[in-house]
Amino acid sequence: MAISEEVLSWQDRARRVAWGIRKRVLEHTIASNGGYLSQACSSAEILATLYIKVMKLGPSQAPMLPPPFPGVPGKDNPHYFTGAGYNGPKAPDLDRFFLSPAHYALALYATLIEVGRMAPEGLAMFNKDGSSVEMIGAEHSPGMEVTCGSLGQTLSQAAGIALARKLHGETGRVWVFMSDGEFQSGQTWEAMQVLPFYNLDNVGVYVDVNGQQCDGKMEDVMRIEPLRSRAEAFGARVFQVDGHDVNALAAPAEMPTDGRPLVILAYTNPCQGIGLLEARRPRLHYVRFKDEEERAKYAAVLAKM
Amino acid sequence: MEVMSRVHARNLVEWARDKPEVVVLSADLTGSTEIDLFRDAYPDRFFSMGMAEQNMMSFAGGLAREGFYPFVHTFAVFIYRRAYDQIAASIAYPNLPVRIFGFLPGVTTPGGATHQAIEDIAVMCALPNMTILEVGDATDVETMLDVAQSINGPLYVRMLRGEIPRLFSKTEPLRLGQARILSTGADIVLFSSGICTEEAMRATQALAARGVSVQHMHISTLKPFKDPAVLEAAAQARYGMITMENHTILGGLGTCVAEMMAEAGIGKRLVRVGIRDTFLHGASRPYLMKKYGLDAMALIRAVEKLLDTTFGITEADLAAIRLESVHSAAKAEAL
Repeated sequence: MAISEEVLSWQDRARRVAWGIRKRVLEHTIASNGGYLSQACSSAEILATLYIKVMKLGPSQAPMLPPPFPGVPGKDNPHYFTGAGYNGPKAPDLDRFFLSPAHYALALYATLIEVGRMAPEGLAMFNKDGSSVEMIGAEHSPGMEVTCGSLGQTLSQAAGIALARKLHGETGRVWVFMSDGEFQSGQTWEAMQVLPFYNLDNVGVYVDVNGQQCDGKMEDVMRIEPLRSRAEAFGARVFQVDGHDVNALAAPAEMPTDGRPLVILAYTNPCQGIGLLEARRPRLHYVRFKDEEERAKYAAVLAKM
Repeated sequence: MEVMSRVHARNLVEWARDKPEVVVLSADLTGSTEIDLFRDAYPDRFFSMGMAEQNMMSFAGGLAREGFYPFVHTFAVFIYRRAYDQIAASIAYPNLPVRIFGFLPGVTTPGGATHQAIEDIAVMCALPNMTILEVGDATDVETMLDVAQSINGPLYVRMLRGEIPRLFSKTEPLRLGQARILSTGADIVLFSSGICTEEAMRATQALAARGVSVQHMHISTLKPFKDPAVLEAAAQARYGMITMENHTILGGLGTCVAEMMAEAGIGKRLVRVGIRDTFLHGASRPYLMKKYGLDAMALIRAVEKLLDTTFGITEADLAAIRLESVHSAAKAEAL
């Protein structure tokens, strides 16, 4: 494996990471009888492409094994840290990453393991008391930097960070991973309004358009389509791509910026790679097996991965 | 009494001159929150965010994470009612140095219930990491910015605009966690905040003429609320305490004092003058202060209640009182 890594194309490495994300999250879901599995299935190629190809990051600055929860931020707590260190150092020319839907934390942790930024044992700390590897990722969780469990706030925070970086003359970009459900929230559109107003073309947004939310199919819960024309109408430069095609995902990020925020709508399948999930539609938000028989079926799928 | 105009507008420009890291955010209320002069003086440090307070709060958090000090200005109601979740998650939880200026407290606007912040202190007090200041006069407004910059974390300032009286000496700045002693006395201890302090000063002069000695203290720091001088005064009150605030009596100054007394085991009577669990409506400030019991006469009634007496003080008596700016009793020689 070490030999082949050297000669693999970035595309093959990204596909391998994506496969690893699905496998680790499935494994975790079976072991703990529950997990955000469909999110991993839909976002695996997006996260893999971001970490393997799109983002310009330095090596991880954080311990391979995530340290325990350091206590909440406050003037009397000098020990607080964020999980940003897993994405490398902060430097003017380096990119920054912001995971907006914190429910995707499990997929992000799996990604960090697959790209060598976190120890595989770190996943065992998921949702354990006293751990920083929280279920709904918080800003001290590996790979995270802002508080985003209340959905729809990260794009605004990233916009503020992007403006600050421009004012400081930094060239690094600000990448935001979002879920399509967040486009039901008013604040998202407030942020979509402010980004082009201040020409924040250092912001790039990858949206996992998997069409699913907690209550089921987004089309039935609250429609957001046509997302492309809506986003374009707000002044974004929008690309609509197959969210499982690593080339298509990476291409827009290669283009020279043009003053507009970049939005990549990645249309995905929340059951991608694990066909068994199809039977659970339309309720895919959090997978908990209804009995041992179902769990065994998934274990059989894992055994073949 | 000297009345100042647009104190914050001019002061902020001067104060921020040598502080390039201070940036000002506006939600379409630039003239209304007195940041138009800042916008004109430092256009590169002024950011118009439109009528979008949720984004503005999270955006400010983002700027603060990168070393800026965002000064967010809008009407108080649009801060804590519209964007509370954003303040909590994007600013307060990560303890970021965002300075939030909320204008139009309580009765200071005829804009009615949608524009009157009557429970902002209660809401912000409940938020961990938040520091809360309320200004009461021109000196408070002028000197609050240095205090703001000294706070490691988020700050909410209940602000005043337009014509503001100078009640306190220019040489005695607002100090974090320190009450201003405006009169000394042993019968009643009176804690007032914001615009109520001016009314209270009217009343205490009339009461002094009737032989009632009042220890009057102006409170500018509502959180953290732990000034030892406040507790000491409460402990020494002969008949009891009165709080007076331009805010609902639930969760504001009255509650702060009640909690402090209860925790210290001070078993004395407390009369809370303030808005009594009701929304207001649109009308002039004097009308609202009278109707909802926030004026000098309301305070006289509260004192009468504590002393179980009546003074026969009339509106005409109170109107005749001329207020002069005062020095705090801490520096008696300066009087």
